[in-house]
Amino acid sequence: MSTPTLPALQLRNVAKTYRIPGESPLTVLDVPTFEMAAGEQVALVGGSGLGKTTLLNVVAGITPCDAGEVLIGGTDITKLPEAARDRFRAERIGIVFQNFNLLPAFTALENVLLGMAFSGRADRSRARELLDAVGLSDRLHHQPGRLSVGQQQRVAVARALANSPRLMLADEPTASVDLANQDRIVDLLRTQCRDNGVALLCVTHDPSVAAQFDRTIELETFNRAAAVAA
Amino acid sequence: MSLLAIAWKSLRQRALASSLTVLSIALGVAMLIAVLILLGIFARMFSQTGAGYDLLVGPRGSETQLVLSSIYRIEKPIENLPYRYLKELREDPRIEKAVPITIGDNTDRGGFPIVGTTAQYFTLPAAYDEGPVEFRLRGEVLKQPFDAVIGSEVAAVNGWDLGSTFQILHGGAEPHLHDEVFTIVGVLDPTGTPNDRTAFVSMAGFLALSDHLKPVDQAVRDHAIFFGEPEEVIRAREQDLIDNLVPHGAHYHGELPDLLKEVTAILVTAKGDPENPLARQLRTKSLAQDIKTEQKAMAVSPVSVMKKLASVLLEPIDLATKMVAGVIILVTAVGVFVSIYNSMSERRREIGIMRALGARRGTVMGVILAESALLCVAGGVLGLLLGHGLVFAAQPLLAEKAGLLIDPLAFEPYELLVIPILLALGILVGVLPGLTAYNTDVASALEP
Repeated sequence: MSTPTLPALQLRNVAKTYRIPGESPLTVLDVPTFEMAAGEQVALVGGSGLGKTTLLNVVAGITPCDAGEVLIGGTDITKLPEAARDRFRAERIGIVFQNFNLLPAFTALENVLLGMAFSGRADRSRARELLDAVGLSDRLHHQPGRLSVGQQQRVAVARALANSPRLMLADEPTASVDLANQDRIVDLLRTQCRDNGVALLCVTHDPSVAAQFDRTIELETFNRAAAVAA
Repeated sequence: MSLLAIAWKSLRQRALASSLTVLSIALGVAMLIAVLILLGIFARMFSQTGAGYDLLVGPRGSETQLVLSSIYRIEKPIENLPYRYLKELREDPRIEKAVPITIGDNTDRGGFPIVGTTAQYFTLPAAYDEGPVEFRLRGEVLKQPFDAVIGSEVAAVNGWDLGSTFQILHGGAEPHLHDEVFTIVGVLDPTGTPNDRTAFVSMAGFLALSDHLKPVDQAVRDHAIFFGEPEEVIRAREQDLIDNLVPHGAHYHGELPDLLKEVTAILVTAKGDPENPLARQLRTKSLAQDIKTEQKAMAVSPVSVMKKLASVLLEPIDLATKMVAGVIILVTAVGVFVSIYNSMSERRREIGIMRALGARRGTVMGVILAESALLCVAGGVLGLLLGHGLVFAAQPLLAEKAGLLIDPLAFEPYELLVIPILLALGILVGVLPGLTAYNTDVASALEP
């Protein structure tokens, strides 16, 4: 009998409320349950201000939630001390940001290596392979300032895949690129995640991007706080 | 990719600001190092040049002037001692060597001081560097009356070598050139002491020069006072020699009467077993005490005199240097702090990215501390090189203008502290910016 594959992501009763002195508390997350299967690709859509980025930050362990469980591959990251959570994020979660967030002082290769450095397994040949896979083998030693917007996003994808994560989080990955590049970026993300067996949770407000995913889910359908706000 | 590599990249990203910060640290450190090296050289010159002799015996008067004129050859001597006193001293059983020197004249070219002495001078230590350093020379020591041995600096500046000849410029009330010609028979290796700037001539030849002998009547009067004898007794003792003085050109031939001969100072070493330095010290002390009691001459320890002088001259400079060092450290600290702290707001996003990629709080703080430390250490290393470069560049000028013989590779033990202090300083001033990085809120730092 084979061991059942654990879901890539499970949220159980996750809540997050921002409390600003002098203002009313603002609940942005109230998620009774949410689940992604291993290797699944999901587009998460929703209007602005409904907590999409907060959800990604909570899943990434960047922003702690007030209550609930965030299980990634069966590990509840809310139970981990901060340092262990950082390490877990480095090893098991890949993140692609809206603005790519490459470090300007580092070359394409070094940006990918930096992604590996914090997990303690910088592997130069793997970094080269990943950049080769995203079509940047001739731009290894270029700094971000010397790369086009599309190339920068490809470096960001390679960096996010560097540590062979279980889960990839993409926050509006096409928001800063032109129409011609949008499809290429989404295609690249999906292909790379599929080829590497990585589950992909992609936040987008663009229906054409969402349409490319196996499963599209609106935030309001599982986040009660978003439903109230909407 | 290590913290240092990440820090290095960040510094390179801000190359201009980083370079200027490093340069400002380097200039401060260079200035400090140059001053420290020069002070160290001065201190060693003061304390070690005369360390090869137990006592310096000279006419009563200023101890400092005696040492400066006899050992450092800076001042002119005011008085001399009768040659007979040297002979008496040599009979003292406590004395191993009593080497006379006469000074006051200069070489005709370059104006280097002339020291009339005997070959025994070169058996005394040339210098003292954690132990006596012997004289080494090309050629031979003084044998004939008109032989000369010159120091390395004299040879280099005047272009003199074995076989070269020179005349002596008389340094009395009426300066004039002596007719006699001295021939260089030996050239000393550099010693790093005033010996390098000295021309040594045979005392026999030096004293035989016509106006180096004291007039008879004055000599008799001086001896009567010095030795407490009646003038008739003194005059009678050497009347034959005085009557038989044979002038030969501008100098005398034959045996010179001791009555008319003088020495400027006598370098004395006490007898002693190297294994028992205490006995030698006690012997030196009793000898000095006896000379003092006699009240004929003055015996000083050159090292003690120079240490006293050094404490008067060098201690205020030393104190000022330490204060400057403190200011430099403060300026360095402020400079590095401003450089890094100013960059923190623009680097907030960078820190957020690293944290999002899995860097711990301690890691990003470590990057900032490493940057701060790198700036300080780079400034320190550059400063050390610049400081030594300054000393190296100033060496010929100081040798020529001030007669200071400086080892261009001179190294002060203090220098070993420069890098650790700057490293600690870098870490210290990096703490506040580092804490800013540590406390950076990742989510807000990443907001587009």
